[in-house]
Amino acid sequence: MIDPIEQFDLTKIFTIGHIGNQEIAFTNSTAYMLLAVAVIAIMTLGAGRQLVPGRFQSVVELSYEFVANTIRTSAGAEGMKFFPLVFSLFMFIFVSNIVGIIPYTFTVSSHIIVTFALAILVFLTVILYGFYKNGLKFFKLFVPSGIPVVILPLVVLIEIISFFSRPISHSVRLFANMLAGHVTLKVFASFVTMLGALGFVGKVGALLPLGLTVALTALELMVAFLQAYVFTILTCIYLNDAIHPGH
Amino acid sequence: MAESHGGPQEAAHGTTAHTEAEGGHGFPPFQTGTFPSQLVSLLIAFVALYVIVSRLALPKVGGVIDARQKAIENDLAEAQRLKDDSEAALKAYESELAAARTRAQAIGAEAREKLTAASDAERKSLEDSLAAKLDAAEKSIATTRTAAMSNVRTIAADAAGAIVQQLTGKAANGKSVQAAVDASLKGAA
Repeated sequence: MIDPIEQFDLTKIFTIGHIGNQEIAFTNSTAYMLLAVAVIAIMTLGAGRQLVPGRFQSVVELSYEFVANTIRTSAGAEGMKFFPLVFSLFMFIFVSNIVGIIPYTFTVSSHIIVTFALAILVFLTVILYGFYKNGLKFFKLFVPSGIPVVILPLVVLIEIISFFSRPISHSVRLFANMLAGHVTLKVFASFVTMLGALGFVGKVGALLPLGLTVALTALELMVAFLQAYVFTILTCIYLNDAIHPGH
Repeated sequence: MAESHGGPQEAAHGTTAHTEAEGGHGFPPFQTGTFPSQLVSLLIAFVALYVIVSRLALPKVGGVIDARQKAIENDLAEAQRLKDDSEAALKAYESELAAARTRAQAIGAEAREKLTAASDAERKSLEDSLAAKLDAAEKSIATTRTAAMSNVRTIAADAAGAIVQQLTGKAANGKSVQAAVDASLKGAA
């Protein structure tokens, strides 16, 4: 039996050091994180500077303009202050998701702690910038205008709960999508090898899960992009709250 | 399923092993023992990425895009300028052409008038000279005719005198011959 969970195992390559009693290890996850950073660095810094871009340069410029337009449409021109952060988030999640689809690789964003850390980064940025820019007016975020006084406390309570559950939904969405997608892929792929071991009939029967695996890989490619985009656009929407809290 | 590979997995992978020891539950994303390693890794990787992106990548790519935007705008402005220039040149050409055409028409009309006047004058003088010549010719014809007529009378009188002398054998009376000739001439006329 092929274990569909094994692909999420962290394996220590060497120990970096200790914080207190806790060992800090350089793991396969670390390697794939650095790989994603390297891929992004090589892509963006290695792209040409031609007036008429080639294929490679076009890809880089398309991702630049894609993220820039996402920020402009959902957080306004002021949101461009956070362009480096949002671009880093999008590219990091997108590249590591895409790398994760390659068989035998590790998917960084299939671990809740990673996605949660990224979501908390956005959450703290929103809170810190919100208070820095708006001061106490930032609390207006929890008080929608045009609400009758009678139900106002209830609405404020709901707004506060929804605000503080943001990092959870933000991170679990990405984590769960990547995890579920990879488990499904692995399960169907393992059917191929299991059926293939059962002689001729099994080999013919294995064609069905094989086709499904191919189709799922295509779907996962889409999910890899889509989840990176969803994470990015939610980041922009949350940042918009910090920039314009009175909604 | 996660529990099933506990034994060999732990032996093979140190991190899994120490995770299990510190209260992980087998399912890798929930092995809390791996969290510090992942958080530190993410911190290092993401800070490195942020620095690369904000210091190097975005200024570079943004600069290229801005430069292209500027180049396009400059080219468009240049094209507009050239278009305006050519339109102005066309307008100047057309107005010049129109001016030249009216000038040519004026010159033509003037030349036509001049020529007409000259030919009229020439014809008039020709007609005048012809009329004068005709008059002179008529006059000379008339004088010639009168001279001829008077000669005819003398010749006729002489011939009549000679005829009479031949017929009668004596010289005719000059005066009566002349009277007869005159009468005959008048009758002929």
